[in-house]
Formats: sequence, C-alpha cells, structure tokens
Amino acid sequence: MKNHYQLVIVGAGPAGLAAAVTASEQGISCAVLDEQAAVGGQIYRAIESVPEQRAKVLGTEYQRGTALAKAFRESKAEYFPNTKVWSLTADKQIGLLHDGKSKLITADQVLLVSGAIERPVPFPGWTLPGVMQAGAGQILFKSSGVVPSEGVVLAGSGPLLLLLAWQYMQVGVEIKAMLDVTPLSNHLQAMPKLPRALLAHHYLTKGLVYQRDLKRAGVVTKIGVSDLRAEADENDELQTVHYRHLGREHSIETGLLMTHFGIIPHIWLTQAAGCKHQWDKSQQCWRPSHDKWGNTSLQGILVAGDGAGINGARSAEHTGRLAGLQALYALGVISEAERDKQSITERKWVKAERHIRPFLEAYFAIPQEMLATHAKDTIICRCEEITAGEIRTAVEQSHGDSNQVKYLSRCGMGACQGRQCANAVAHIVADAGGLAVSEKSHFRGRPPVAPLSLQELASLSEENV
Amino acid sequence: MFKQLPNSDVEMVDVFLNQQKISVPMGTSVAAMALSNGLRSTRTTVISNSRRAPFCMMGVCYDCLMIIDGKANQRACMTHVAQDMHVESQQRVGPILGEVL
Amino acid sequence: MKTEVLIIGAGLIGASTALQLAMRGCSCIVIDKDSPGRHASGANAGGLRQLNRDPAEIPLSVAAAKMWHNIESLVDSDCDVRFSGQLRVAENKADMEKLEQRAAMVRSMGYQHEEIIGKKELYQLVPALSPHCVGALLCRGDGYGRPYHALTAFRRKAESLGAIFQSNTEVYSIEQLGEGWEVRTSQGTFYSDSLVNCAGGWAGKLADMMQDPAPLTAKALMLMVTERLPHFVDPVMGAASRKLSFKQMQNGTLIIGGALVAKLDFATEKTEIDWSQLAQSAKTVVDFFPQLKDVRIVRAWAGIEGFMPDNIPVIGASQQVKNGYHAFGFSAHGFQLSPVIGVILAQLILDGKTELSIEDFSISRFDKQA
Repeated sequence: MKNHYQLVIVGAGPAGLAAAVTASEQGISCAVLDEQAAVGGQIYRAIESVPEQRAKVLGTEYQRGTALAKAFRESKAEYFPNTKVWSLTADKQIGLLHDGKSKLITADQVLLVSGAIERPVPFPGWTLPGVMQAGAGQILFKSSGVVPSEGVVLAGSGPLLLLLAWQYMQVGVEIKAMLDVTPLSNHLQAMPKLPRALLAHHYLTKGLVYQRDLKRAGVVTKIGVSDLRAEADENDELQTVHYRHLGREHSIETGLLMTHFGIIPHIWLTQAAGCKHQWDKSQQCWRPSHDKWGNTSLQGILVAGDGAGINGARSAEHTGRLAGLQALYALGVISEAERDKQSITERKWVKAERHIRPFLEAYFAIPQEMLATHAKDTIICRCEEITAGEIRTAVEQSHGDSNQVKYLSRCGMGACQGRQCANAVAHIVADAGGLAVSEKSHFRGRPPVAPLSLQELASLSEENV
Repeated sequence: MFKQLPNSDVEMVDVFLNQQKISVPMGTSVAAMALSNGLRSTRTTVISNSRRAPFCMMGVCYDCLMIIDGKANQRACMTHVAQDMHVESQQRVGPILGEVL
Repeated sequence: MKTEVLIIGAGLIGASTALQLAMRGCSCIVIDKDSPGRHASGANAGGLRQLNRDPAEIPLSVAAAKMWHNIESLVDSDCDVRFSGQLRVAENKADMEKLEQRAAMVRSMGYQHEEIIGKKELYQLVPALSPHCVGALLCRGDGYGRPYHALTAFRRKAESLGAIFQSNTEVYSIEQLGEGWEVRTSQGTFYSDSLVNCAGGWAGKLADMMQDPAPLTAKALMLMVTERLPHFVDPVMGAASRKLSFKQMQNGTLIIGGALVAKLDFATEKTEIDWSQLAQSAKTVVDFFPQLKDVRIVRAWAGIEGFMPDNIPVIGASQQVKNGYHAFGFSAHGFQLSPVIGVILAQLILDGKTELSIEDFSISRFDKQA
C-alpha cells in the first residue's frame, strides 16, 4: 500500500466498485479499502463465491453484482480487503488497519461509500439471543448458507422483510408469522406518491409477487401490529413474541425473531471527517449533505451510494460512477465538459431509481412512538445497557441534548460508538422536551470510528515516522 | 435454531467451538458457524452478565464478540473460520488482560 | 435582565462560583455560548491532583483537596470521586533523584502531601506495573472524579439555591456602566453589579472585551478512553520523565492522557486528533503495562482549554476596571482547584478580600513582562 493515492475509495459495494472502475480507467492511482474479505458490500455479499443454487434463490437483482465485481477485478484499482478504516480527517488523512498494523495514508480525493446499516429500533427484549436483524439473517444465508432450522417470526417494516421471507420460503424455512408494524395510516400517506412510483412498476410488481407467493404458501401476515415485545425463557433467551393487533394481545412461541425497520446511511466516517449532515425527514435518518456529484461540505471528500442517502443498490452503482467522474474532474484528469457528457446516462438512471422512493419512504415509515421508546425499562444502548428511563432522567438533569445525555448516562459510549442508539436517543430527547431531532441531535463524532487496540494504535509510531 | 445448507463444492476445515471439534465449510463466518452448531448465545455482557448473540452480522453492533484463538472481543461476524481455529463463548470482558493478572 | 453578578462561562469554575455566591444569598446568572460543561469542564480527565503542582498553586490545591474529600456535603453528590492516590513513577536513578528533589522542595514549603516510595511499596500499590520501575513520588490523598457529573452536581446545587444558568447565550459586547456592567448577548442584554470572566478557552477574548487583556492561548488537549476492563490499578499513574497519564475509572475504563495537543481551528472550534501523538502515548502505556496491548481504544477527543504563558491561572479582581473578576487560564489543571476558586471569587466579590494568597495569579503579572 502506498502512502498517497489520487483517489481513495472506502467501501467495495456497488457504489465503490462502479466508482473504482470509472476512475481507474483514466490511469489515476486509486485504492479501494474495504473491511470485508471479498467485494460486494452487504447487498452483493459473497457474490464471487456463492454456490449457483443459492444465487438463484437470491435472485436476479443480486446476480447483477457479478458483472460489477468482474469489471472491478479487471480494473487497475488497487484493492485492499480486510482493511479497517478507523479515522478520516478533513484534510483527507485516512487512518487504517491492515495486516494487524495501523497506517496513515493521504489522498487528493476521498470517496466514502460506507453503505447502510439497519435502522436500530429498540423494543422490549430486542437484546435477547434469538432476536436478530433481518439483514443479519440475509447475510447468514448469502455468505454462509445458514438458515433458521426451526422456524422464524419476521417483524417490522420494509421491502427487505418481504424479500427475506420469500427467499426463506424458497429454501424451505418455516415462517411462523410476518408482523408488519406499519400502521394503516401509512398507506394513505403513501397514496399520493403512488403515481410516480408506478414509473418504477417492476419494483412494485416484484413486491406483489412476493406477497402473493407467501400468501399461497399459507404464511400468516398481520398488518398494523404494535407493542412488539420479545420475552425470554429461564435461560435468558428468546421464547415468546408478544404483539397487539386489531386491539387484541397475541403471542407466538418462537426461538427466533428477525426484525427489520428499514435502513439508514452509515455516517460514522463522514461524521469523523466533520462533513455537514442533515436530518432527512422522509427517510427518518441523518445523511451527509451533498451536491448532485456527491461533493460533501468538505473539499475533496465525496459520498455515493446508500451512505449518501438511501436509494438502493442500482442507484448506488450510478451515483458511484458520478462520484468517480467528479473525482476525475477535480483531479484535473477530465474536463468539465467530459464529466458532464459522461454523466448524462448515469443521471437518467439515478432519476429513474428515485421514482419509487417517496412511495416506499411513506409506506414503510416507522411510527413515531416506536422511534421514541416510552417503555422505561427498554434497553436503548445495547453496549452500556442504558434504558429509555435512564435517558429520560438524563434529559431532565441536563440542558437537554443528546451529547449531554451521553455524558451523564454513558449511553453511546460502548464499542459500537452509538451506532445502535444514536437514532433512538435523539428521538427520546426530543420527546422528553429536549432538542428537536435535527442535524444537531446526533452524538458528536469521537474517533476512532471502530475500536482499535493499544498495540494496533502503537504500531502507527513504527509505521509512519 | 440455525442449520447450514449443504454445499458439496467447498473444502471443509476443522475448528474447535467451546473445545468441541467440528467440521465447517471454508468461507463460513465464525458467527454463522457458532449459530449453526447449536449456540444460541455467544457472549455475556460486561455490565449485567446478560446473554447476547450475533445481531447485525455486519460488524457494527459488537454484540457477537467471542474469544478467537485466545483473543477476547473478536467480532465473530467479521472473522472467517480457519483450520484448527479455537472459538470460545466470552463471559463479560473475557481474558482481555491475558493470564498476567 | 438584571443580576448582582453575571458569570460568563458555565464550566466548573463558573458553576463553583455561582454555588458559593448563591450560598451567601447573592443573585447570579451564569451564561454560556454553548451548554454547561461543553468544553474543558466536560472533556477533561477528572484528575484530583495535588501532586507536582506549581509551588504557587500548592496552597490552593491543598485547600481544594479538603473540599473534594467532603464534596457530598457541598453539592449533595459524591461526584464519583475516588481517592486512590496519584503517583509519578521513576524508571531509573536519574528519575528518582528528580522526584526526591521535588519532595524536598514541597517539604521545605511546609507541606507533607508528596512522599517518596521505594520499589517495594510501588509494586504493592501497583502489582501490574512493568517490573523495570524503581520507585515513585506519591500523594495518597489524590484521586479522580467524573468531570461532567461534578459539573452537573455543582450546577444543580447552585440552581437549587437560586442561581440561573442560561445556555446558547453568546456575548457580543461588554461595557462598563458606571461601576457596573452591560453585556449584550445573543439572548438579550444583561446588567450586573459585578462581572466574572471564567470562559476557559474564550476568556482571552472576553478579557479583551472587558478592556483588561491577558495573553491566553486556546489549545485542545487530547484524551482517549478504552473499553471496560477488570479492575487492575488503583492510583492515577504518571511518570517522572515520560508523557504518561492514565487512570482506571470506577466503571473499569482507562482514561489515557498526557497533555497531548490536537490540531485546533479556534474560529470554527473544530479539533482534529493527532494520531501519531496518540500512537506514541499508546506505546508508552504498553511499555508500562504490557498486558494492556490488546485493550481497545473506543473513543478519543480533544477539549478546548485556555493556557497562560506560565501555565498557571489568572485569578482575582481586575486592576483596570471596576467590579470585574477573572478566573481562567488554568492550563489544563483547573478541575481539582475549582471548588476553592468559587470560594475565593465569592469572597472577593462580596468581601473585597480573600483568605488565600492569590498574588501570584494576578492578571497584571503579564504587564511587567511587557
């Protein structure tokens, strides 16, 4: 690995791969750093090694990744898998861990394609063994061929839940129930956005086909479920899922509950660098502010893909290319006219991929009462085991913002760096009369963005002198 | 709760899960290996000693920490199995300070 | 808005001053451009240290230590303090001589709190320490607290006695009106009889506005903290000749410091961690405690603090203007002093004099150099 590259891309999902191919075609020095062992990001995970049978079940959208991975492998971009980026500064110094050693490298242009994480939505019992995110279930299947053996309850909201149910059905996994928490009022909210969504009818059709297939297979789906609660057995492990539907309490015995509440941009690196962020009301998440090329508020730091705002894997590929073109232009490798010319088709695709989004965002919006947990014993910070009640007390005792709550309660101070609680804390703070949910209500960035051992950090003093 | 679908194309490796020798396809993550070999929880928390299991499977929740080849706090979801690897469930902070203390 | 005393800066010094004034029935408002403890008071390492103080600070520090040992009676909270001692480790003979001279100097001033301990006692105190060390300078009455908890306790106690804390109130201008003050802010104009400047890193700017300038430099000091660990060390650790500073908090985390400076853009308040310095710091920690090598750093940060050229604070009444008071420039060691600074300022404001000697901290000491 060199100490300096013209372009460093962090992430090897669709946006990163597409950007790397576009940029390295022009002969610039380009490095792709990725924490995973192989290319594909989360969406095309194990794309190069997946057995044929499994790839079929994962579907044609998944298989799109094959061509992208192949083009990337044939490109001149330098690829560093198993590489953890733990710091990025505004002057484009990147702290990374590779082969057990830390290193600081610099770049003229940095493209962050950190993708998305699942939106963490706390509910009673969400920390129990047996409760897992639906994306986790899908990763287990994609990369290791591991699936539930004794049935599963799926709960939450969003297209991934439906997709996972359908994929599980294909490999014979029993789905005990689908519990959809989106209130019926969402459907009304989404209706005005339907005409535009119809322009992307292939997505809608796919959704309807999945629903039909699941119904035919006898999978019970309940819409408008509330008060989701997981309860443990004497071993402290999931035994029962409780919920409320049409005014009545229900419960299901299950050892496995997979939840999904949509996805949100993974913003820890843009935060570390000090990029400006904004609260996206429609997507119910923070995202880095950026222009149509992916430029953030910091010179030479770009974003693309779901890390810039949730628009899906196909869009990620196109925004990745646009950011690649912009990086080439900023480096003086191509002219403004050349950049603009090459971007025309990409931009058309980005626009087309956007059609479905407002509808999906309204239809699958998470109810406010789930975002700002009221049940005072519910754990919000999984790492430090801080409850919603403790957070509300901290709001009362402070001048009411997320960071003061963090100082007082230690919420967000664990190994995950607040990834699992920042969203909920901001909502609870606002609900308890503190700062409204805004760009200011996220925890301040505290690098390293991933834990680093003393020895790993110390190795920097040998590496960069 | 989990099973691994058969895949005859892949080479198998021997690993030790809580001292028990098992055979696992290469490319499997440690977390997937643990879950599909009967472990429901893989660690207990530092503060309340509560049981936890892999949650996000993508390296961001730090709930799947296990002791891998003697080293505590390793993310099982981000580590692949390897021949003769020793994987153990972690209690609280695990042997983080080694045997010295 | 009118008040007897307007305090600018809702850090620990401001909160402590407000508390002492409120205890004596004096009305006061504390304003801050951010929120209480947003900068140094919330971001410091929480050391309660008499050890190795500048000789001028020793009397204040000893008085402050007495207050910390009894802190619950003052603020109704123990501020999570623990008195497990602080020590400076000697790695060789030269280090040891240096520490012995220091101990002798402190004794000559009539204080007994800093004592030399030999190798045997050092390893009884810190069995986990790498075996190469030879002795240490120890202050048994020292320890640490949790800064933000302490700040919150001081503030809440002061509030319960009538003090008012107002966040998001940025000072635009300061004018002397007769013998009192007019302070224009983003939240309106304040009128007060007395004005206290304890604005930390911003105190230089405010001193200028008060027409009583002082050569303060704002710097951002870095700290890093580890995950929780089993309890393995009691005293706060320093070293005689290396940049080592760390402590294990009650919750098991290690806070690692060592007066390392981050990059700071003061205008935007953006700080940037200097990783090569922290790497050196991590290496030093592992040199002293090899078993910590796999312990994970989970956060690093830098807090903005005011530094004076001689690294001791400015404390006292202004010589240039009427009823203006200063307490700033603590140069990264103000946390321990804060309770006694509140007492001193309240005495100066209400009685016109204080029992403790503060001559060395006069703002006019910098005039002489000019």
